[in-house]
Amino acid sequence: MISFDLTEEQRMVRDTVGAFAREEIAPAARPADESGEIPAALIAKAWQLGLVRGPLPERLGGDGDTRSALTGAIIAEELAAGDLAIATHILAPRLFAFPILEMGTDAQRDTYLRRFTGPDFIPAGAALMEPRFDFDAVDLQTRARADGSGFILDGRKCMVALASASEAFLVYAAGNGDSRVQAFIVPRGVSGLTVRDREKNMGLKALETFEVEFSECRLGPEAKLGGEAGIDHGRILSQSRVALAAMAVGMSRAAFDYARAYAKERRAFGAPIATRQAVAFMLADMAIEVDASRLLAWEAAWRLDRGEDAARESYLARNYVASAALKIADNAVQTLGGHGYIREHPVEMYLRNARGFATLEGLATV
Amino acid sequence: MIDFELEPQTVKRLKLYHQVAEHMMRPISREYDEREHEKPWDFLNAMWAATTQPGGDPTGMSDGSSSRNVQTVASTEELCWGDAGLFLSIPNAGLGGAAVMAAGTPEQKARFLAPFRGGKPKWGAMAITEPGCGSDSAAVTTTATRDGDQWVINGTKIFCTSGQMAGEKSEGFIVVWATVDKTAGRAGIKPFIVEHNTPGMTVARVEKKLGIRVSDTAMLIFDNCRVPLDHLLGSAEVKRETGGFKDVMATFDATRPIVAAMAIGVGRAALDYVRDFLKDQNVPIRYGISPRRLTTIERDFMDMEIQLKAARLLTWRAAWMLDAGMRNSLEASMAKAKAGLAVTQITQKAVELLGPLGYSRAHLVEKWMRDAKINDIFEGTQQINMLIIARRILDYSSRELN
Repeated sequence: MISFDLTEEQRMVRDTVGAFAREEIAPAARPADESGEIPAALIAKAWQLGLVRGPLPERLGGDGDTRSALTGAIIAEELAAGDLAIATHILAPRLFAFPILEMGTDAQRDTYLRRFTGPDFIPAGAALMEPRFDFDAVDLQTRARADGSGFILDGRKCMVALASASEAFLVYAAGNGDSRVQAFIVPRGVSGLTVRDREKNMGLKALETFEVEFSECRLGPEAKLGGEAGIDHGRILSQSRVALAAMAVGMSRAAFDYARAYAKERRAFGAPIATRQAVAFMLADMAIEVDASRLLAWEAAWRLDRGEDAARESYLARNYVASAALKIADNAVQTLGGHGYIREHPVEMYLRNARGFATLEGLATV
Repeated sequence: MIDFELEPQTVKRLKLYHQVAEHMMRPISREYDEREHEKPWDFLNAMWAATTQPGGDPTGMSDGSSSRNVQTVASTEELCWGDAGLFLSIPNAGLGGAAVMAAGTPEQKARFLAPFRGGKPKWGAMAITEPGCGSDSAAVTTTATRDGDQWVINGTKIFCTSGQMAGEKSEGFIVVWATVDKTAGRAGIKPFIVEHNTPGMTVARVEKKLGIRVSDTAMLIFDNCRVPLDHLLGSAEVKRETGGFKDVMATFDATRPIVAAMAIGVGRAALDYVRDFLKDQNVPIRYGISPRRLTTIERDFMDMEIQLKAARLLTWRAAWMLDAGMRNSLEASMAKAKAGLAVTQITQKAVELLGPLGYSRAHLVEKWMRDAKINDIFEGTQQINMLIIARRILDYSSRELN
């Protein structure tokens, strides 16, 4: 039966994570964007929320929670409302751990998941995007060709979060002759793997991202996620798109809230600018699109939780939300006029961050 | 718990309505669009017979249970997928009934709505708009003056949906907004029941329209039209802060999601038509690939699809809030604003995507573009809804933001 009510537990998660984002993340956002660094203490504090440990099995030290895309979307939205780069950093280990949790062999789960249930943040991420203008997540140029019982990995990845500090990566590659995308658990020390200098991006400036090169990297059979069965890349992509859509909702909400508050205070021609239709209608449009974006992300998440194929829904939702988030961020800058252009109010940062949603894949998961 | 699945009984109802839409509405769509002022009596009689059931929702759009508003918007979408004009022509208490429900006393509700449960097909209507006032409904100039044990109504109303059927061609009624005290502004505006063929009420004209042509849109002239005192819905007391105006404005919180659903039905008709057409022409729609590789047609189609879905989710939310007993003015206006705009764009794009064929009256797509446009206008224009949304999100009164 149609319902838009969160469960008690979801409300609690939303309130807890939301409070953390407001109190700890948001004040750190601008300094982190300027310096390119996130305070380790903040990351350590976020780790205490258990956002990676949650769904990991109890026997490996996790909480054994049922993984829920909808709850993940709520978490992603709240964190991103604080700051997108910091949120992405906090959630990055999921990119490595969650596909292993859901699609790994027992041996892979035992080997790699326990490290994420300890007291410390463990940097980890995934390598999906490739440095070419026509990058397509379903048509990868990174290749893993069979070599005996193992594989040889070749290619270049970009926007790999936390690569310089990660002990291992989850690398997505196409087979030779088999276009299905597989994932490989690749230790940092493997011969032929090079982590390049840290990338410089328009937005997400506090997030450490890197280009990683794979040149004839030899991997054993145990590196292939899921073993013989492989992975359901479509599902992983859907989970990622829902997460990014939810983060876009969070960022959009923050942009709208900020612009609204400013417009009510700022006076021009004898009255707050919010009393002028041009500004008021811009804000009304932003409000509609924040809500519409959230509902679309939730619907795709709900399908994932029911075990349904949500490929189309998550793809369309992501496209819609990316476009909406950009417009909302742009309108937020516009509402603040000249002041919106200065790197003091957060809105110019929202705009730099927002443009990424349309093109960046695989930076978060639910 | 978040849930996007309709109940089984609603799904079953929708299957039935889809049959009605496909087999009873679509086949006569074009004919009654061309023959603007004739009524498809076979269809209207069949719908009346099917939806007048003892104890049920007089509109027949739900089972009256705790999910009735969600059911109603889903049913509305399905029937308007068939034909929005025919949907509006279906005999029922309509907006007049909604006004009675919102503002009437229990006795008035029983008296005026009971006839809609049986007998011959009849229509209810609501008359607000006047030649000089549309969006600013507080500026009505139609007057109701007390004379002994009657109210005397004078004025002109335009754009009254089903005004001819309700006013003179059936045993229906029209709810007329008139002011009992011009100096009191909003607080002086009250709803009055004027029954069919009341002397002094004339259906002066039935409009020729861009779309929804089968629905009669009437101009009504009230010249010393007399109605009994107890035809004033609710209370005659003129209070400065509250009054009938607010009550009837509250009906819009319930009707806006329905109008949004009407638009969505028309939008979906266009979307389905384009999808089927492209499939027949072997034009692929490739979901999942990098958006930069999409053809223009793919991109346009996907955009139409997701805009429609966004509108629908906002509409379901607004309807669900009513079912859950929550005030939904903001959300109802969001749904209406979004749906009106999105479906205008979707249906206009559909005509464009079909090239010269889209332009031809041999296909229904051009009709859907014409039918869709009204949804962005009536029951609160897009601009008025944006104003309502803006006031709510900014916590401004109508004086502070206008």
